[in-house]
Amino acid sequence: MIIIIDYDTGNTRNLKKALDFLGVENRLSADRDEILAADGVILPGVGAFKKAMDALEDRNLVDVLREVAKQGTPMLGICLGMQLLLIGRLEFGDTKGLSLISGEVVAIPSDLGVKVPHMGWDQNNLKQPDPIAEVFDKQYSYFVHSFYVKTAPERILASVDYGVEIPSIVRQENVIGMQFHPEKSGDVGLAGLTKFKEMVSNADYSRN
Amino acid sequence: MLAKRIIPCLDVDHGRVKKGVNFVNLKDVGDPTDIAAAYQKQGADELVFLDITATNEKRKAIVDTIEKVASQVFMPLTVGGGIHSVADMMALLKAGADKTAVNSAAVQNPDLISEGAEKFGSQCVVLAIDAKFNPQTQSYQVYVNGGRTPTNLDAIEWAKAGVAKGAGELLVTSMDKDGTKSGYDIELYKRLTAAVSVPVIASGGVGKVTDFPEVFQQADVDGALAASVFHFGELTISDVKKELKKDGVIVR
Repeated sequence: MIIIIDYDTGNTRNLKKALDFLGVENRLSADRDEILAADGVILPGVGAFKKAMDALEDRNLVDVLREVAKQGTPMLGICLGMQLLLIGRLEFGDTKGLSLISGEVVAIPSDLGVKVPHMGWDQNNLKQPDPIAEVFDKQYSYFVHSFYVKTAPERILASVDYGVEIPSIVRQENVIGMQFHPEKSGDVGLAGLTKFKEMVSNADYSRN
Repeated sequence: MLAKRIIPCLDVDHGRVKKGVNFVNLKDVGDPTDIAAAYQKQGADELVFLDITATNEKRKAIVDTIEKVASQVFMPLTVGGGIHSVADMMALLKAGADKTAVNSAAVQNPDLISEGAEKFGSQCVVLAIDAKFNPQTQSYQVYVNGGRTPTNLDAIEWAKAGVAKGAGELLVTSMDKDGTKSGYDIELYKRLTAAVSVPVIASGGVGKVTDFPEVFQQADVDGALAASVFHFGELTISDVKKELKKDGVIVR
């Protein structure tokens, strides 16, 4: 069972629809026990970083998600959900993220001559061999965001060139982040979600 | 680099696609989900659904339609037509829409743009504008109510005002070009893209495959919308993308 974290953010239903379409067993939940027992966890998100962290705090989910990561459960953060996995957001001083992947979240500079938000289909370039990221190599996926993550090169599995290098897939052990929306990225997005499902199944197998 | 977007537009009335669509052998030519799925297969980058349902009590049909389409088709979906309130936007976004397009209601009440942008983010609020060139003033005039009613708004000024209110994208139809099959209104999009920094989608006038590279190369638009050339199979999206690639325009 994959649990989609339910904390009042916009696009959870579309993610659920994509997993349902793929026949992947999933449920929306904010329940501590259910999340801790999940085979895989997906943290979606759109909107503002601080508001999202506050919403996770209100539901007592911050420690639960840290526990999930620690116990080795495959975890996928999508868009803002990916950014929440990082340590913090510079623009908002002491607003801390979940600190599951070391790095920061910064605004896309406004002086690059590119439009902000970064909205539309952009091409991923593979940076590290990884079964999930390989699905997206040279493929276009759908992005909508104004902030991006900065992290060490070894954690960047794929990136897009948008005047700056924007990491599109990051990974630290069992925790993966996707800056784009796989649930809105057509066949390639669905293939990426299928790979995550495989990762969940394999992890489940190895735990038994 | 972002890819330029090719966007088919579907007119939906009471949950059925209204205009003739006969580009593939669909069992049910009027079903929005079947048609959307076929466009996804062709390589469409986004779909726009225009709700042309006239009566208010039937408006729920578009929400059901989007709900169904979003469970089978996995790309950005924009819905416009008859959106009058933040509650209308909410219902569509919850059903699976990624963006909502406002037109006449935003002219009547520009705060609708800012209220939507505050609640859902600018990326969810598209300002749709129907513009017609006025030879006397040498400027583009905004029309509302499906192009039936002229306003005293200048299209470029209205676009700028809409962006200042929080619109994250502009979907601009040239009424002079719409239905003529004589190509996009290049001058309109040159003026628009010089005036605003948000993405602009060009609409109205496509007749042949070279109309697409023309608009992307001559104006800094981000997407090109078309209806009949795709619906009737005169062009496929892959034809268009092949042509664009040949001309060095970046497409998916």
